[in-house]
Amino acid sequence: MKVSLFVTCLVDQLFPEVGESVVKLLRRVGIEVEFPREQTCCGQPALNSGFMAHAKPLARRWLDLFEESQYVVVPSGSCAAMLKVSVPEMFRQEAGLYERAQALAGRTYELSQFLVNVLRVQDLGARFPGKVTYHPSCHLLRELGAATEAQTLIRGVRGIQFVPLDNPDRCCGFGGTFSVKYPSLSGAILEEKLRAIEATGADVVVACDSGCLMHIAGGMRRRGMKVEAMHLAQILAQTAPAEGAPAEPKDGAGAG
Amino acid sequence: MAPVQVRTQEFPRASSRALANGRVQQALTNVMGHFDHAREAAIQELTPEVWERYRERGREIKRHAMEYLDFYLELLSERVEANGGKVHFARTAQEATQIVLEIAKALGVKVAVKGKSMLSEEMGLNHALEEQGIAPVETDLGEYIIQLAQEPPFHILAPAMHKTKEEVGELFAAKLGLGGLQQIPDMAAAARKTLRERFLQADMGITGVNFAVAETGTVVIVTNEGNGRMCTSLPRVHVALMGMEKVVPALEDLSVMLRLLPRAATGQRITSYVTLVSGPRQPGDEDGPEEFHLVIVDAGRTRLLADPELREALYCIRCGACLNTCPVYRKVGGHAYGWVYPGPIGSVITPVMVGLPRARDLPFASSLCGACREVCPLKINIPLMLVSLRRRLMEGAPGERGVSWGQRLLVRLWSRVVASEGSLRRARRLAAVFQRPFLRRRVVRWIPFPPFSRWTRNRDMPGLARRSFHELWDRDLKTTGRSKRP
Repeated sequence: MKVSLFVTCLVDQLFPEVGESVVKLLRRVGIEVEFPREQTCCGQPALNSGFMAHAKPLARRWLDLFEESQYVVVPSGSCAAMLKVSVPEMFRQEAGLYERAQALAGRTYELSQFLVNVLRVQDLGARFPGKVTYHPSCHLLRELGAATEAQTLIRGVRGIQFVPLDNPDRCCGFGGTFSVKYPSLSGAILEEKLRAIEATGADVVVACDSGCLMHIAGGMRRRGMKVEAMHLAQILAQTAPAEGAPAEPKDGAGAG
Repeated sequence: MAPVQVRTQEFPRASSRALANGRVQQALTNVMGHFDHAREAAIQELTPEVWERYRERGREIKRHAMEYLDFYLELLSERVEANGGKVHFARTAQEATQIVLEIAKALGVKVAVKGKSMLSEEMGLNHALEEQGIAPVETDLGEYIIQLAQEPPFHILAPAMHKTKEEVGELFAAKLGLGGLQQIPDMAAAARKTLRERFLQADMGITGVNFAVAETGTVVIVTNEGNGRMCTSLPRVHVALMGMEKVVPALEDLSVMLRLLPRAATGQRITSYVTLVSGPRQPGDEDGPEEFHLVIVDAGRTRLLADPELREALYCIRCGACLNTCPVYRKVGGHAYGWVYPGPIGSVITPVMVGLPRARDLPFASSLCGACREVCPLKINIPLMLVSLRRRLMEGAPGERGVSWGQRLLVRLWSRVVASEGSLRRARRLAAVFQRPFLRRRVVRWIPFPPFSRWTRNRDMPGLARRSFHELWDRDLKTTGRSKRP
């Protein structure tokens, strides 16, 4: 089985260690991973800001670049929702393109959904000694309907202690450009999420979206909280020293 | 009270003020959770599967009713008149106000008791009545409180939820001369006594309409205080105000809608009172008004109807669930939105009603988290509508646009950067140099340039990674490429 990685612009520029983890863990379960080098961004920031004319060429670009792929895997619920839900919708009036977009959307998966629903794995041989909580990002939860996948995978990790978050489905206040259009409002919404994270006593907060993680980590750092923000892929990529290559030290601060 | 003022332009400042207002924050924290839990519990009791079936049926009823709106409004009008009522059509809120004033003048009305009606807020009816020397008296307790306080509703269901009992006590002392009230039941009893007198004085009862059944010519009013029924039965004349989207074809449709509304709104299986009014008092009836008027109001609703991307906003039954769940409403409350309808559905309706350029900040007052769509009993896709309005602001006809040149420049620049991997790589090199003076241990704590400065105001920002994923791939990952298993 061959997977084309759409790594997302945030991971590419700010959190490449997340992409590295995705490659590592997919290869560990025997998947061939390729990375179409011409990829940049899915165009969601433009679409959600109202600039359809700027979003469309990027959607077109994604379609052209990935059309030959057997599967497209995306380590972000939000970008995957853009590609699976919004992109076909953008081309609804354009015969030919719409069908192409729909077909590719059907082969495109957010990472945790790909692992659990396509590969049907729950145990990736990962080991992570630590107390973690999980924030289900809004688009993953509500656009893609992924209510259980990530938690299933987290529970499959050896040595991990999982503590659920209070009101997990509340938004962290990121919302892409919303976070800079209304900074104090976005920050006030974040504040509640941070309080919920703090109350769990976890060492690590896990999510499947680097955007939300960047927001949460940014707030935690500013508050002086000692909790780390990590992408699910980073947790799943870690194995016990005995099981594979020597465990590497964690890559910097994860998403933070 | 002043006529309904449009303050939508002030959302950015008004929302910041609300965030800094301790009393508003306290009220929101105290109340919002209750609504959410009550709704969730009611759905669990019914079971989510059954709830889902009702939602689907509700949508189908609304879809059909809006598709054939002209037919059902005509049928409704015929049946109401056959029952002895009088029907008026108003194209605008002003026309609707004029109609009410004329009815009142013809009968020499001095006091009008009012049931809760958001449409009357759109019309600024209380102000118009006062100008004509007619005293409007709100009879829903929450509405009564904000009428005394001369404020607009804070929430479409709980208009005075931002008031503490101490504030209400002071208000009753100042405005009604009822000092020393400290407990909520005492205040409610005092209000009941005062209102009872007003009910008996009133010549006219004005109410809203939750649903109007076309086949029987019946208007339906749901309340929890019984004030709606007093308004429809005690005064000589009853005037019911309805937005034209309130019509449903048949009584059996009502059985679906009356299951959806109270559960989504307050988590009740049914409200304490469900009042069905089919015209004035008939010979042999023990009570009821001598005259019944139904005012059917457009006031911008045909614009929604004609708009394929926004039409579903007319499915809204004003339950308030989207307000209760919205992370933005939960932080800023109702007044910040600057017009009658706050929250997610308000951010869709208001721009259409007051004009998009004036309300240009509202469609952006959302993180697009989708919680509103998830709780909406009619499954209205509010986030999609907000994006549609954003698009009109950015790319629409010149009259609709409301975008700054700064935003336009930014998106152009960004478009160039992400247009190819090469340009992204070059921009990255530039950004790496640019960020250097602001980096402290790979993190930016402060940067003076927008939009980044708006992030670092209250959050740290990660710096660019030492190597992009593209670089990591070329260097380390590409070559280890083959899978270990065949």
